[in-house]
Amino acid sequence: MATMATTTLGPAGAVGPAGQPSPASPSGPAGLAGPARRNGLASHASPALLDGRLRRRGPARRGGLARRIARHWQWYALIAAPLLWLAVFRYIPMAGVQLAFRDYMGGSIFSGKFVGLYHFRNFFRSPQALPLILNTLGISAYNLAAGFPLPIVLALFLNVCTSNRLKKSVQMITYAPYFISTVVMVGILNQLVHPQFGLINKAISLAGFEPQNIMGIPDLFKSVYVWSGIWQYTGYNSIMYIAVLSGVDPSLHEAAVMDGASAFKRMLHIDIPAIIPTATIMLILNAGNIMNVGFEKVYLMQNSLNMATSDVIATHVYRRGLESAQFSYATAVGLFNSFVNMLLLIIVNQVARRGENSLW
Amino acid sequence: MANVNSEAARGAGASRGGRAGMKSAMRPAAGDRAFQAFVRAYLAAAMLIVLYPLVYVVSSSLSSSYAVISGRVALWPVDFSLDGYNAVFKHSLLMSGFWNAVFYAVFGTLVNLAMTIAAGFVLSRRELAGRGLLTFLFTFTMLFSGGMIPMYLTVRGAGLYNTRLAMMLPNAIGVWYLIICRTYFQNSIPRELAEAAELDGCSDISFFTRVALPLSAPIIAVLALFYAVGHWNAYFDALMYLKSQSLWPLQIILRNILIQSEISAEMLTDVRLMERSQGMKDLIKFSVIVVSSAPMLAIYPFVQKYFIRGIMVGALKG
Repeated sequence: MATMATTTLGPAGAVGPAGQPSPASPSGPAGLAGPARRNGLASHASPALLDGRLRRRGPARRGGLARRIARHWQWYALIAAPLLWLAVFRYIPMAGVQLAFRDYMGGSIFSGKFVGLYHFRNFFRSPQALPLILNTLGISAYNLAAGFPLPIVLALFLNVCTSNRLKKSVQMITYAPYFISTVVMVGILNQLVHPQFGLINKAISLAGFEPQNIMGIPDLFKSVYVWSGIWQYTGYNSIMYIAVLSGVDPSLHEAAVMDGASAFKRMLHIDIPAIIPTATIMLILNAGNIMNVGFEKVYLMQNSLNMATSDVIATHVYRRGLESAQFSYATAVGLFNSFVNMLLLIIVNQVARRGENSLW
Repeated sequence: MANVNSEAARGAGASRGGRAGMKSAMRPAAGDRAFQAFVRAYLAAAMLIVLYPLVYVVSSSLSSSYAVISGRVALWPVDFSLDGYNAVFKHSLLMSGFWNAVFYAVFGTLVNLAMTIAAGFVLSRRELAGRGLLTFLFTFTMLFSGGMIPMYLTVRGAGLYNTRLAMMLPNAIGVWYLIICRTYFQNSIPRELAEAAELDGCSDISFFTRVALPLSAPIIAVLALFYAVGHWNAYFDALMYLKSQSLWPLQIILRNILIQSEISAEMLTDVRLMERSQGMKDLIKFSVIVVSSAPMLAIYPFVQKYFIRGIMVGALKG
């Protein structure tokens, strides 16, 4: 889940997997929700579509495109700035991926000698390539496996809980860590695992073991990353499931009670089937984003001791591209990452299409 | 799915109340009571697991540096002191970072809102020629992007490197929010209203400013909340695009203090004994965590309903 990644306000790829929708990646939060909404749309859209088709044959349409545009020119005036933004900050960078096939030496992003697949070969032949890919996939898969079920369990239990006071406090407190920034989150983490006074190490020494420098142990990196993400985002990620559950028709439960079903059985046979479509969509989104690790957090948690397991594709791109100015090489590695990610999303969606819950 | 959606959209409140009422009327079986006890224990445990580290951080920040590094803080402050906070408020870079973050959050969010709402409104108009194409151009960027390096070079090429605009323009629209916004306009403004306005001679722009905007207060609140939290917590754009300390937002300065342990001498002026300075550094970290998260956590209870509504708008509104 939380594999979500990306930088700030919702750039591509940030179709927010549940685990760590960084607040910074707005696509995160909304992303979760998106698919469900889209599905709904599709089913409601058909009458409107038909309507549109009928109209098109009518006289209003005969004016042609130019007249239709002229008639509503003010709409185009309103959307002009957003379209300009889209061209400059999304499509020019997209066209910029051709740097991956050139030797960029500064200047315009369309300049540089054409070198074909040179940078890609360079990456795949380097000894780092395999560990980088495996680390990226490993962190994401762990995150998905551990982080995906917990928000669902929390939502189911909140829905079943009959004490409103407990329910309110649990919601209030478990949502709160969403507001903690990634920097502060990693800062808290560093203090909690501090070799000298950190809580975790105190627990370890109480149990009779030697305190450890946890952030410096490569084998523990994935677990620290994943479980701190679960701590931060489980509450937030449960909100959507709670919303779906609160919409379950109460008469289903009434009928089940009449038939003598226990609370547990009702959860199993009414509540769980109700959230399966949403859960499936979430799973698709997360699986499709498995190449997008929560880069910002990984970068902050990296140190020279844990590099063997903490170096992922995105941090590699950052270090080689922006810290060592190997722009073309880093673009190539980044392009490989985005491309695999796009393929995964399309494949996973195709598979899901066999069922009923595809994204598009 | 569609069914679930429409059910859900019909309003959580009513169904929840109905169900609770029904339950209280029944006499719970022993099995149900055991299950309920288990559920409550699980929820209480989850709550404590989330709460405890937060309490620990706050308590540590209020303790003496010696109590912190000797590991004596477990739940409540030990040797209560405000030394950490005194040091934080002496840190001039932290203060300038704080005001920079406020600047980026306020003006960045205004840019976000203007762009997102205008585009969302236009894309929600069914008669818009080229609507499908325009929508596709926006949504495609969620599937594929140029990546970090071309983005960086574009921002630099546009002359935004090391300017305040670099914190506000490159991510002026979050495409997910745009889609939520478009859906909101689509569902909340009946077509008859637009047609009636048109017959009365209302132009498209005045329909937008005088009819659509006043009707969209809830979605504006939701978008403002998510965008503002995003700006407040963002550090990576600043890391890429800002070189001058005077432009740095709070998160970059926090990173230097919390992750890289760069604590300037000015914060440690009060420390007369050298051996105390290590403990002071750790105490300062706790205080910085509290001070920097306090604004967001303080407004959270007041915006909680918008926050939840925002996710539900995305999840349920079909």
